[in-house]
Amino acid sequence: MAWVNAIIQGLLTGGLYALFATGLSLLFGVMKVVNLAHGDLAIVAGYIGVGVIAISHLPVLWSIPVVVAAMAVLGYVLQRSVIQAAISRGELITLIVTFGLSIIIENGLQQFFTANSRGLGVGDSFITASFSIGSQITVAWFNLAVFVVAVVVLVGLQQYLSYAKYGRLIRAVADDREAAQLSGADYRHVFGIAAAIAFGTVAIAGMADGMVTTISPTLGTDTILLFAFCAVVIGGLGSLWGTLVGGIVLGVAQAIGAQVNPSYETLAGYAVFLLVLVIRPQGLVSQGAEL
Amino acid sequence: MTENATASPRSEDLPLKVTRSRRNVAWSGLGALIVIGVLFAFPYYVGPGTTGILIQGLIILTLASMWNLLAGYAGLVSVGQQAFLGLGAYFVLIPAMHGISPWAGLFIATAGAAVCALPLWWLVARLRLGYFAIATWVLASVVMLIIEQISSIGGGTGEPLPGLVGYDGAVLTADTYWAALTIAVLAIGGVYFLLRSRVGLMLTAIRDDEQAARSSGVRVGLARLLVFVVAAAGCGAAGGVLAIQQLGVTPGTSGGVFSVQWTAEMAFAVIIGGIGTIEGPIVGTVVYMVLQQTLQSYNVWYLISLGIVAIAIALFARRGLWGTLDERFNIRLFPVGYHLWAPGERRGRRRAHPVS
Amino acid sequence: MSTPLLEVSNLVVHHGQLRALSGISLAVYPGEVYALIGANGAGKSTLLRTIAGLHHPTSGTIAYDGRDVTRLRPEKRATAGIVMVPEGRRLFPSLSLEDNLKVGASYARSGPWTIDRVFELFPWMTERRGQRAAQLSGGEQQSVAIGRALVANPRVLLLDELSLGLAPVIVQRIYEMLPRVLDSGITVLLVEQDVSQALRVATRLQCLLEGRTTLEGTPAEVSREQVEAAYFGVTDGNGITDGIDA
Repeated sequence: MAWVNAIIQGLLTGGLYALFATGLSLLFGVMKVVNLAHGDLAIVAGYIGVGVIAISHLPVLWSIPVVVAAMAVLGYVLQRSVIQAAISRGELITLIVTFGLSIIIENGLQQFFTANSRGLGVGDSFITASFSIGSQITVAWFNLAVFVVAVVVLVGLQQYLSYAKYGRLIRAVADDREAAQLSGADYRHVFGIAAAIAFGTVAIAGMADGMVTTISPTLGTDTILLFAFCAVVIGGLGSLWGTLVGGIVLGVAQAIGAQVNPSYETLAGYAVFLLVLVIRPQGLVSQGAEL
Repeated sequence: MTENATASPRSEDLPLKVTRSRRNVAWSGLGALIVIGVLFAFPYYVGPGTTGILIQGLIILTLASMWNLLAGYAGLVSVGQQAFLGLGAYFVLIPAMHGISPWAGLFIATAGAAVCALPLWWLVARLRLGYFAIATWVLASVVMLIIEQISSIGGGTGEPLPGLVGYDGAVLTADTYWAALTIAVLAIGGVYFLLRSRVGLMLTAIRDDEQAARSSGVRVGLARLLVFVVAAAGCGAAGGVLAIQQLGVTPGTSGGVFSVQWTAEMAFAVIIGGIGTIEGPIVGTVVYMVLQQTLQSYNVWYLISLGIVAIAIALFARRGLWGTLDERFNIRLFPVGYHLWAPGERRGRRRAHPVS
Repeated sequence: MSTPLLEVSNLVVHHGQLRALSGISLAVYPGEVYALIGANGAGKSTLLRTIAGLHHPTSGTIAYDGRDVTRLRPEKRATAGIVMVPEGRRLFPSLSLEDNLKVGASYARSGPWTIDRVFELFPWMTERRGQRAAQLSGGEQQSVAIGRALVANPRVLLLDELSLGLAPVIVQRIYEMLPRVLDSGITVLLVEQDVSQALRVATRLQCLLEGRTTLEGTPAEVSREQVEAAYFGVTDGNGITDGIDA
C-alpha cells in the first residue's frame, strides 16, 4: 500500500512539475528561447513572496496574486529589454544571456538572503492536513490542492491560447512572425505577453513549492529547471496536455524510485527522461514536433 | 607553407599567394616557446601561494579552451562540462586508491573522460542547440548522482586523495603547477592543430552553413563527435589536476567538482575573452583571474560581476575582448585561417582581409 | 484624384551586397489597380515587401497619403492601411481558417469588411471555418490569405504573386473577387508573373527587369511587343532599352 500512496503522491507532484514546465515550454514554443534562468525565476517568486509577506503581513494565500502580478510585469519588462536584445543576436547569445541571468540571480539571492533555506510559513496544519481513502491511502489536502490548481491553470491557459485575442496572436506569432506583423501585430509586444504568462505561471509554481518545502537559492537550477525540462521532453512539445503528462510521468517515476531507495528518487526521474529521449524523442504525447 | 612569388612587372602574371598568416609564423612559434619557458620557470621565482593561484588559472584556461572549442567552433553549447571535470577527478582518485600514482592517473583521467564522452554524446547528439545545453546539464547531474551512490569512493561526501603522502608541500605545488601547465599547453596546442587540420576546415564549413557543408559531403555528426570527445578529454585532464591540487575529490553541486559553477566560469572566461578565437580563452582567463583575486573577499560577487560582464559583452561586443582587438588590428597569434595576398601586397600592410 | 495614395520615389534596395532595386519610382492613385510585372528575380516582390515594411531601403522614400512612411515599422503600416497578402500565402498553419481571419482582424481599422462579409465573398469557407489552415489546398489558402488582409480594412492592398503555384482556373476564380474589393474602396497594388492576367485586371502597370523600370503605362497604351521587350530586356527598333547597361 505504501506503493499506491507513493504513486498518488508522485501524480500530485507531477502537477506541480507540469506547472513549472509550462513557462519553459511556452517560451520555447513561441520564441524559440530556452530560458536557462527559468528555475531561478520560481525561486525569485518565492523570495518576493517572503518579502511581500514580511512587509504587508498579508496571509500567504493573498500574497500569491501579488507575487504573480509582480512576476508577470517582470517577465514583460525583461523580455522587451534583455531577452529581446539577445533573441535578435541569435540562439547562442540567447543561451549565454539566460545562463548569465541564472548565475546572477542565484548568486545575487545568495548574497542577499544567504544560502539558508526559507519557508513560506502557512502553518504546519495546513500543509499536513490529509484525508484518507479507505484505510490505507492518505492524501494530503495541500498536495491535492496544488494539483488541482495546476490543472486549472493549464486548462485556463489552453482556453486563453485558443480563444482570446492575444492567445491567438501568441500562436500566430509563434507560427510566422512576419505574417503576424503584416496583420498589424507588434511581435515584440506579443513576445512580452507570452513572457509575462510564463513568468506568472512559474511564480504560482514557485509559491506553491515554497509553501510545501523550503526554498533556497540553488534550488532553481538543481531541481526546478532540470525537472521542468525533463517534463517537457517526456511529454513532448506543442501541447499543454503533453506537459501535464510529462510532469505526471516524472513525478510518478521519482516516487517509485524513492520507494525503492530514498537516494534513487531524482535518478529514477532522469532515467525515465533518458529512456524517452532515446526511444521516443518527440515525447509521449506530441505529434512529432522537432526538439 | 609560402609559395614563392616571382617578381614580374605585370600583376596578372603573379601566381596567387596563399599563406596561413600575414606575419611570419615562425616568429609567433618562437614567441610561444619563450612564453612557455618563462611560465615554466615560475615556481623557482614565486612562492607556493602564488603558484597555487596560477594552478587555478591554468585549470580554468584548459577548461575555457575546451568550452570555446565546443561553442565557438562546433556550435555546441554545453552546460554540463563539469561532468567530465568530475569524471577526470575520479579517474585520478580511483587508481590512486589502488596504488597508481596520481601523476600517471592524469593519463587515465584524459582517456577515461574521452571514453565516457561516447555514450553521453549518443544520448544528446540529436538535440538542437538550446535543448542540447540543458540535456548536458541533466547528464552532468546523472553522472554525479550515480557516483554519489558509490560509497567506496566516498559517496556524497567525497574522498581524500591517497598516494601523495610524504611529498614536500612546496615541491608538490610546483609539480602540480608543471602538470597543469603541461596540460594547458597541450590543450591549447591540441585545439590549434585540430583547427588547422581537415577537421578544422570541416568545422568552419559547418559553422558558416551547416546545410551547405552537409551537402558537400562533410560528416557533420562525426566532426561534432570528435570535438565533443576532445573537449571531454581536456576537461578530464583538468579534473585530474584539480583532484591533485585539492588532494581529494568532493562531488556535489555547491563548490563540488560537479558544480555548474565550473561551466559558468569557463563559459564566461570564453565569452569575455572572445568566443571563436584561440586567443580568446587566454585573455578571458586572465580577466577572470584578475576579477576573482580582486573580489576574493566578496565570494559571490565575482560570479555576479562575471555574469554581468559576460551578458554585456555578449550583447554589445559579442566577439569579446580579443575578437574586437583582432577585428581592428588584424592580429592572429594562432592563425588557423588562410590569407590571400592581393597582387603587390607586402607583408606588414593592413589592407587585405584575412579569410578565416 | 490628383494626389497619389501611395508614392514611391527613387527606391534603392539591397539584399546584402546585391542591389535588388535601382531607383524605382511609382505612384498609385485611389481606386487603381496597379500591376508590377517582370520575370523572376526582377525585384517585384522585393519592392512590395519594402513598401510593406519588411525590408529597409538603402535610399529613397515611400509616401502614403502624404505621410513619409519609409521608416515606419511593418505593423504600423498595416494599421495605417497598407496591408499585404504575402508571396506564398503565409497563413498561420497551426491556426484554423477562422482563427487566421480573426488574427487579421485583430488590429483592423473600421470599414465595411468583416469576417462574415469574407464568408459571403467565399461561401465555401463557412463550412470549413474550423479546419486547420495547413490542411487547405493552395487555392483555398490563397483565398483565406486575401480574406485575412481584407478584414483589416486596408486602403491599399498589396497582392504578391497571387497566381504562384496555382492552376490557371483557380487563379481566374480568385481574380474574380477583385471587383468586389475595389467596390469597397480599396486600392490595389499587385505583383503578377502572369502577364496576360495582369493586363486583364490592371488600370496601370510597370515592368521591372533586374531592379530597373523598363516600361510604364496603361494596358491600352502598351503593345504586346513592347511588353515582351521590357520583360525580357531585348532592345528593339522603337528605342526601348534593355535594363542591363542603363
